[in-house]
Amino acid sequence: MSDPFDPDRPIADDPEMWHLRLYVAGQSPKSLNAFANLKRMCEEHLSGRYEIEIIDLVEHPSLARSDDILAVPTLVRRLPAPLRKIIGDLSNTERVLVGLRINPV
Amino acid sequence: MAANPGTDLPPVSDDVQSIPGGLAKAATGISGFDEVTNGGLPRDRSTLVCGPAGCGKTLFAMEFLVRGITQFDEPGVFVAFEESAEDLIANVASLGFDLEQLEAEGNLVIDHVDVAGWEVEDTGDWDLDGLFLRLAAAIDQVGARRVVIDTIETLFGAFSNTTVLRSELRRLFGWLKARGVTSVITGERGEGTLTRHGIEEYVSDCVIVLDHRVTEQTSTRRLRILKYRGSLHGTNEYPFLISETGVSVLPITSMGLRHGVSTERISTGVARLDAMLGGGGLYKGSTVLVSGTPGTGKSTLAAQFCDAACRRGERALYFAFEESEAETIRNMASVGIDLRQWVDADLLRFQCSRPSLLGLEAHLFAMQKFVAELDPAVVVMDPVSDFLRIGNGEDVSAMLTRQVDFLKARQVTALFTSLSSEPEAADQQLASLVDTWIFVKTLEGNGEHNRVLYVLESRGMAHSNQIREFLLTGQGIELADVYVGPEGVLTGSARQAQEAKERSDGMARLEDLEQRRVNLERRRESVEAQTAALWREFHDEAEVVEQLLSTGSTGTEDRAGQRAEQGRLRRADIDDRDAGADQVDLSEERDAEVPSR
Repeated sequence: MSDPFDPDRPIADDPEMWHLRLYVAGQSPKSLNAFANLKRMCEEHLSGRYEIEIIDLVEHPSLARSDDILAVPTLVRRLPAPLRKIIGDLSNTERVLVGLRINPV
Repeated sequence: MAANPGTDLPPVSDDVQSIPGGLAKAATGISGFDEVTNGGLPRDRSTLVCGPAGCGKTLFAMEFLVRGITQFDEPGVFVAFEESAEDLIANVASLGFDLEQLEAEGNLVIDHVDVAGWEVEDTGDWDLDGLFLRLAAAIDQVGARRVVIDTIETLFGAFSNTTVLRSELRRLFGWLKARGVTSVITGERGEGTLTRHGIEEYVSDCVIVLDHRVTEQTSTRRLRILKYRGSLHGTNEYPFLISETGVSVLPITSMGLRHGVSTERISTGVARLDAMLGGGGLYKGSTVLVSGTPGTGKSTLAAQFCDAACRRGERALYFAFEESEAETIRNMASVGIDLRQWVDADLLRFQCSRPSLLGLEAHLFAMQKFVAELDPAVVVMDPVSDFLRIGNGEDVSAMLTRQVDFLKARQVTALFTSLSSEPEAADQQLASLVDTWIFVKTLEGNGEHNRVLYVLESRGMAHSNQIREFLLTGQGIELADVYVGPEGVLTGSARQAQEAKERSDGMARLEDLEQRRVNLERRRESVEAQTAALWREFHDEAEVVEQLLSTGSTGTEDRAGQRAEQGRLRRADIDDRDAGADQVDLSEERDAEVPSR
C-alpha cells in the first residue's frame, strides 16, 4: 500500500482519494457560499487528496435527472464509496464532516 | 378544448368553458369526471388529488396525463417519487396505456425521483432549484401542458428542514402556475388532515378526495370534489371504478333528467295487465318495479315481458342474480314460456351473476357495458333487492338511479323485480325512481294462498285500481277478476266457488225470467181475451144503438102526432087561438121536414 501522504501517487488509483461533486444552480449566493465552504474544508481536512467537480444545473439541466438531484447546493461524495449526498451551502462545518464521514484532523 | 371522443358520455358543453371571466378548464378525458366538474380540472393550475393508500390517485393522475396526450394533444410529464418508471409502465399496461410508446413518440416524460437512497444531511441554506430545473427540462423536452407530481410528500421523508421544504413547495406550485401547465399533485391522507403534511394548504385551486371504503366485504371507491375555486362543481361523493379502460366516475346525476320521453307504448306481455295500465301497456323507455313476497311470480312476469319483446323482434337482456340461465329457461318452460327459442335466435341474452361477486359500482359498470354492447329494447334485473346484500339501501338506490338514468337515456324499457317480505316499506326508496310500480303478493285464506297483482303507481297513465288474481297457467300469466264480498277479497278456490255460485245463481235467475216471460205471455193472452170480450160487448151495444138511431126519425113524428092528437083531445081545456097556434106550428114543422126526406 502506498503512502497516503505521497504527493506523487496517482489520484485515480488512490483509495484514499476523495472525489466530490458539487451541484449548484447558477451563480447564486448559495452556490458561491457552498463552493467557498467546501474548498475551505477540503483544504483543512483533505489537503492534497480531494478533487472537486462543479456542475451548474442551469447549464446542464439533464444532469439533475441522471444524478437524481432535487435540492441545491448538493454535494455528492462519489469516492470513497459508498455514495453520499448532503445538501445545503455547507456553512455548518460540523454537519458537513459528519455527512461526508470525514474525521476532523 | 376538444370534445370527449373516447367515452360515450355526452361531450362537455362549450358553454361551461366560455363563460366570460370563467375559469378555463382542461378536460381530463376520464369517463364521467369532466361532467361532475363541468369540464375538467382548472387549466394552468394545480389540483390536489388526495386519499389513502390504494385509493387510485396515481391511476387517476396517470389517466389525466395519458388522455391528455391521446385525446387532447397535450404532452405531459410524470414526476414519480414513489414508483419507478418500470413499475408505472407495468401497472398501467393493464389499462391499455402504453407509456413506453408515448415516451418514444416524444409526448411523455416519466421522471422517477428516488429519494429513498438518500442520506441527506442539512448543512445550511438550500432550495429545490434542482427539482425546478429538472422539471423545466422535462417540460421543455416534450412541450408539456400537463404535469403530475406523485407523491410530493415523499420529500418530507427526505428533508429534515420542513420550514425550507414548505416554502419551496409553495414556490413550486407558484412556478407550475407561472409555467402554464395544468398539474395534478397527489397526496396521501393524514390523520385528521387531507394530506399527511398538509400540502392542501399550498394547492388551493382544486382539491379532489378519493376514498376506498369496504363495507360488508365489498369495496367501493368514491370521489369527491372538496374544493374547486371559481367553478361550479358537484358536491356529492361520486362512486368510481377502476376498470379495464381506466377510471370511470359514475355521477348519480350525470344523465340528469334530460332524457327524452316517449309516448309509444309497449306490451308487458300480459294483455290484461296492459289493460290495467290504461290500455296500452308501458311507455317505451319507462321503468317498472315489480315488488313482491317470495314465490309470487315476479320472475315469470319478467320472463313474459322479455318473451313479448322478443315476439316483437326486439332484443332483451335479462340480468339474473338468483338463478342461472338454464334454471330460468326450465322454470319458465313449465308455465309455457319458451325462452330457449329467443336465446337461440340471439334476441334474448342472460347475464347471470351473484351480487356478491362484484361491488355495486362494478355491477353497474358491467351492466352498462352489456347494455351498450347488446343494445336491447328491454332489460330485466331480477331481483334488484339482492343488491341490498352488498350495499345499504341508499347505496343501492343511488346505483339504481344511475342505472335507471342510463337506461332511460337509451330509451330502454326496464323491469326490476324486488323481493321482500314487506314490499311496501322496503321498496319505498326504489319506488321514486320508477314509473310504474306493480305489486304481486299472496293472500292466504281457506287453507291456500293465492297470488294477486295490482298496480300501485303508474305515472302518466290512467291505471286500474283493481286487484287481479295472478294465475300461472300452462300458457303463461293470466289475470282474473277477484271477488270482493263481505268476507273480503276472494281468490283461488274461494273465487272459483264464488264463480260457480254466481253461475248457478245466474241459472236460477234465467229460469225465473223464463217463468216471468211465460207468465207475461199468459197475462197478455188473458188481457187480449178480456179486450176481445169487451170489444164484443161494445159492438153489441153499438149495434143496438145503431138500430135505435135508424128508427129514431119515425119515432119523432109519432111523438109529434101524438102531441097533436092529445092537443085535439084536450081542446076543451085550451082556447082556440092556442089550439090554432099549435096547429100552425105543427104544420110548419111537418112542412119543414117533408122536403128533407
